[in-house]
Amino acid sequence: MFMQNNQVNDENMREISFAEAIREALAEEMRRDPTVYIMGEDVAEAGTPFKVLLGLVDEFGTERVVDTPISEAGFSAIGVGSAMTGMRPVIDIMFGDFLPLAMEQIVNRAAKIHYMSGGKLRVPIVFRTTLGAGRRSAAQHSQSLHAWFSHIPGLKVAIPSTPYDAKGLWKTAIRDDSPVIFFEDKMMYSLKGLVPDEEYTIPFGLADIKRSGKDITLVATSSMVQVALDAAKKLEEIGLSAEVVDPRTTWPLDKKTLIASAKKTGRVIVIDEGYEQYGVTAELAAVIAEGAFYYLDAPVRRFGAMDVPVPFSPVLEDQTIPSAEQIVEAAKDLCAV
Amino acid sequence: MSEPKMEPAGRNEKSFEVSLKRALRMYRQMVRIRHFEERVDNLYKTAQMPGLAHLYIGEEAIAVGVCEALGKADYISSTHRGHGHCLAKGALVGRMFAELLGKKPGYCGGKGGSMHIADPDSGNLGADAIVGASAGVATGAAFTSKKLGLGKVAVAFFGEGALGQGLLYELMNMAALWKLPVLYVCENNMYNEYTRYTETTAGQLEDRPLAFGIQTKRIGGQDVREVYRTAEELVKDVRAGQGPAFLICDTYRYYGHHVGDINRSYYRSKEEEGMWKKERDPIRILGAWLTDTKNVSPETLSKIDKEVREEIESGLEFAKNAPYPDPTEVNANVYAE
Ligand SMILES: Cc1ncc(C[n+]2csc(CCOP(=O)(O)OP(=O)(O)O)c2C)c(N)n1
Repeated sequence: MFMQNNQVNDENMREISFAEAIREALAEEMRRDPTVYIMGEDVAEAGTPFKVLLGLVDEFGTERVVDTPISEAGFSAIGVGSAMTGMRPVIDIMFGDFLPLAMEQIVNRAAKIHYMSGGKLRVPIVFRTTLGAGRRSAAQHSQSLHAWFSHIPGLKVAIPSTPYDAKGLWKTAIRDDSPVIFFEDKMMYSLKGLVPDEEYTIPFGLADIKRSGKDITLVATSSMVQVALDAAKKLEEIGLSAEVVDPRTTWPLDKKTLIASAKKTGRVIVIDEGYEQYGVTAELAAVIAEGAFYYLDAPVRRFGAMDVPVPFSPVLEDQTIPSAEQIVEAAKDLCAV
Repeated sequence: MSEPKMEPAGRNEKSFEVSLKRALRMYRQMVRIRHFEERVDNLYKTAQMPGLAHLYIGEEAIAVGVCEALGKADYISSTHRGHGHCLAKGALVGRMFAELLGKKPGYCGGKGGSMHIADPDSGNLGADAIVGASAGVATGAAFTSKKLGLGKVAVAFFGEGALGQGLLYELMNMAALWKLPVLYVCENNMYNEYTRYTETTAGQLEDRPLAFGIQTKRIGGQDVREVYRTAEELVKDVRAGQGPAFLICDTYRYYGHHVGDINRSYYRSKEEEGMWKKERDPIRILGAWLTDTKNVSPETLSKIDKEVREEIESGLEFAKNAPYPDPTEVNANVYAE
């Protein structure tokens, strides 16, 4: 069953955290399909440093929840090779910042093997990783590198913003026959949200309207969805009605929904925690500018992370992440209020 | 080509002779690291420090013994567990604290934080939080030293977890081929985060450098005299142009992987922790040698302890009173100007 948030019937819902939603999705898929396994550093007893996978090893054992040496290139390669030969690996890259160590396997192998083989080989693999700053973890533990993967044909990229989306997208990711890079905002693990009791999946390439409005569209991803919702609330107080659209996957991208919302409101701000230079915001803004040009009352504005390595000191780090206040100011400016 | 050397296990007391002056200096340095780190733990627990820190307590003899064998101009590169290396190479307590608090007079102006302290003035090329990366930096520095005839030795500190990284093997191969003046110091505290190293490391640790024909020693890392004397010999050979060397020190971290890792019973026992603290504490081992064989009075040692505590407290006061960096600093240093 496919669902969107607005189709959900509240009666059959439970409130769980983002982390629990991910754990549930993985457990359900591992129960359903014995070829699914998880592999990475400290995924078993430790359940990863953020404790998201806690308990999975108890149910599925160390044969299917596999602790590795600190060998990202190596276990990513094993993941790719095993995906080509009948398994469905979930490869855990603890911090998105460590993806560069696995990049070769992802970009030159996972992304291309299906195409290079003329469609004969498949690589049904998911790389599970994190994004987001704000934890005072400095430049090598705070980056949001999802744009890199969104740039590579052959990869799909999921970046959920709610427990509901995380669970539904995770199940789709595991069932997908193409490689998926799955980014979780590490600040969001304790965020609570409603999730249905019954099984559901969310298709890739389907945006979700997190809040509808008519004066301005805020397109936001992952960690920035809450920021956008916060901004929308503040805008409401001054009489501006903001629509918040979450693409949920940066690739495939639901251009239709983005463009439709832009046409409706005529003003758009795009917000994403990746670096602004050559970032996801640039692609989203271009899609909207191209698709809704004659309907726009103002140029599309965008907010990404400041184009600097993430600094440690709170007084510096806090400036690098887009804030609700910045978005409110930009929205007021665009709407000329 | 020099034959690989492996010392038999067991202690040869006589060869660990060091002068009283040197021993007292190393004692003070170990006590400095110990008290510094205890204060860091306290800062975390009282929510006075942003982010996390990876404490070096228990491993002090390695940084101190190795750095004692180096000159000021020699290079070191370090890891996420780097405070001890920085202090042992000559960093000042106050500026270290300032960095940990994200303050302006910190070694990196607050941009680096706990995991990235760099102090080129004392030969410290910086701590790097990507496992294995320190080996790359030091090997590159050794390359410079050799090309420019600087006569400097470069030391890479890293944990046994770095043996999982393929990078290390590429580096050792080139360092051995080109006889680069680099000493690899592997601090085997037996745990890669929450996983015992025997579950992540096949074969014997020492066989890996030996496979490249690299002079290798494996010693206990708790007696600073042994670490110093062994490092001194290796550094002499490395500086003389005999090529790289590899020193494995078996050791233990008393605290968690990081300050937030409080409940550790799922990966190691309280008995094991207690045994190391009680029987293999580097400060106690050197203290006992000083009092028992060098007639140093316990009062002398407690005086050192007291002086160091004062130094730590005044360093911390300095850091607490120091200003944060100017917010505009966020954009500085992205490019070298
Ligand atoms: C390439 C890479 N992978 C994973 C991590 C996450 N991580 C940080 S420390 C650590 C364990 C390191 O163990 P070890 O090298 O033995 O050093 P120790 O922490 O014991 O000093 C891991 C896996 C990382 N920093 N870098």
